[in-house]
Amino acid sequence: MNLWRKLACAVLAIVLCAAAAANWLAPAGYARQYREATSAPPSRAHWLGTDELGRDRFARVLYGTRISLLLAPAAALLSTLMAALIGGLAGYLGGIWARMAMAVTDLFLSLPWLFLLITARALMPLNVSPLFSVMVTFLLLGLLGWTTAARVLCTTAGSLRSADFVRQARAAGVRGQRLFWIHVMPNLKPVLYAQFWISIPVFILSEANLGILGLGVAEPMPSWGSLLKELEGLVSVSEEPWKLVPLILLVVVVMSFQLLLTRQDEVAA
Amino acid sequence: MLKAKIAGHALALVATVLLGGVLSATLVRLAPGFDVDEQDLDPHLSAESAQALRAARRQDHNILRFYFSYMNRAAHGDLGTSLALGRPVRTLLRDRAPLTLRLLALGLGLAWAAALALALSAAWLRLSVYDAVSTLVSGTLLCLPAAVLALLSVLWNVPGSLAIALIVFPRIYRYARNLLAKSYSLPYIVTARAKGLGEGRILFWHVVPGVAPQLLAVAGVSVSMAVGAAIPVETLCGLAGVGQLAWQAALARDLPLLVNITILVTLVTLLANSGADVIGHMVRGQES
Repeated sequence: MNLWRKLACAVLAIVLCAAAAANWLAPAGYARQYREATSAPPSRAHWLGTDELGRDRFARVLYGTRISLLLAPAAALLSTLMAALIGGLAGYLGGIWARMAMAVTDLFLSLPWLFLLITARALMPLNVSPLFSVMVTFLLLGLLGWTTAARVLCTTAGSLRSADFVRQARAAGVRGQRLFWIHVMPNLKPVLYAQFWISIPVFILSEANLGILGLGVAEPMPSWGSLLKELEGLVSVSEEPWKLVPLILLVVVVMSFQLLLTRQDEVAA
Repeated sequence: MLKAKIAGHALALVATVLLGGVLSATLVRLAPGFDVDEQDLDPHLSAESAQALRAARRQDHNILRFYFSYMNRAAHGDLGTSLALGRPVRTLLRDRAPLTLRLLALGLGLAWAAALALALSAAWLRLSVYDAVSTLVSGTLLCLPAAVLALLSVLWNVPGSLAIALIVFPRIYRYARNLLAKSYSLPYIVTARAKGLGEGRILFWHVVPGVAPQLLAVAGVSVSMAVGAAIPVETLCGLAGVGQLAWQAALARDLPLLVNITILVTLVTLLANSGADVIGHMVRGQES
């Protein structure tokens, strides 16, 4: 592991630990209002100041990080499982199934990701409870984000179908589900891991985009997307630099994932 | 071979339109408010008129007839009426498309010019510092959400097309740079260098023609990226284009409008991808 990857691991570990310890680091919670100190600059009581509703920005960043870093991997897991089932199975079966899977993924991939997301999000009720909005946002990411991974898995499973060890297993009488689960699926694992890790930063950025556009996690629940929405009211970076902290944190985390992914990309390729 | 390829793409386009039409009709039918008409509450209408209106709407209860009439209207250019804005979808799209097209053309032009200039100069100069700096810049831009770049462009008074260029540029640059780097390690390039050919000649006579088909494929995909970027850029920069219209439709749950925009966007991106594929095929054909 080179120095950059070690650094990326350390950054992710620190951010994860801070997010996990949000209850201790910011015991007042993300929704508590300090009405006497709205839009306050950083102070000893509020390290990153308060937002226009008087909520402690540091607490909101910690809890928002927790939500984004907990649910983006959950959505990535869902999308990877769907990709494994759809792409892996279609590639293993081959023929018309593989062609159909490729056609569907091509159609999905021809749609710009953000268009697809906002269309699907608009189908759901917008006026929902904050918790439900969190679930809906990340569930949508998971349910719609499987196509690229499915394409890769379909191709990999297709090549495994004609591999020597699968032919030998078939010749030895292994058929159907057993052949798929015991012989093909374990060999798809490296690609699955790679696709899982690749999806996480993509989903983090997608949630941020949705949040800024007002189609993500609902108030008062914080997430990186809803925290970045505050940048809309930013007059000047030099006057209020502390408002950029959520953005810097997001860039650092996504960059750390990208650095860790360099090897995963090689595996996926 | 080329004809078969074009026919395949045309078939995919027709299938997309049909599939999109069915999806659109289904969503309109499932949308809240379907089969409800405020004319029912109009006190000026007689009981007979209200009855006649209800009977006309009842025809839509037959799902097959509903699909057929919807597709028939769509084939004649009637894309329905926006629920939120109360205007025909066709008019809304006609009014807003020019701005979006101008924005996309400028943004894509800038992104491609910057990405190619940087990737080619990095390949030519082969300076590790230059390569590291350009990779760091593009890597940082890749880690920024598109909406944040749009917000920063508002803050710094940068035109929307530049914001689109900044969103698309790192993706093109990374791909182009990797392609060029891989191409430089090929045996025939190593041989050309060993024979004493100049760097410029190697780059423009041997490397670039080799990677042109793949770059053309990325050109098709970059249209899709730029269209996706148009939503946050137009929304946050206050530009009245199709991207902003899609966002307004999403917030108002205006499904007829949103689904029609999505189908239109899919068609545009499919056309771009098909065009890039066909041109790439022709280039490969000429080379062989």
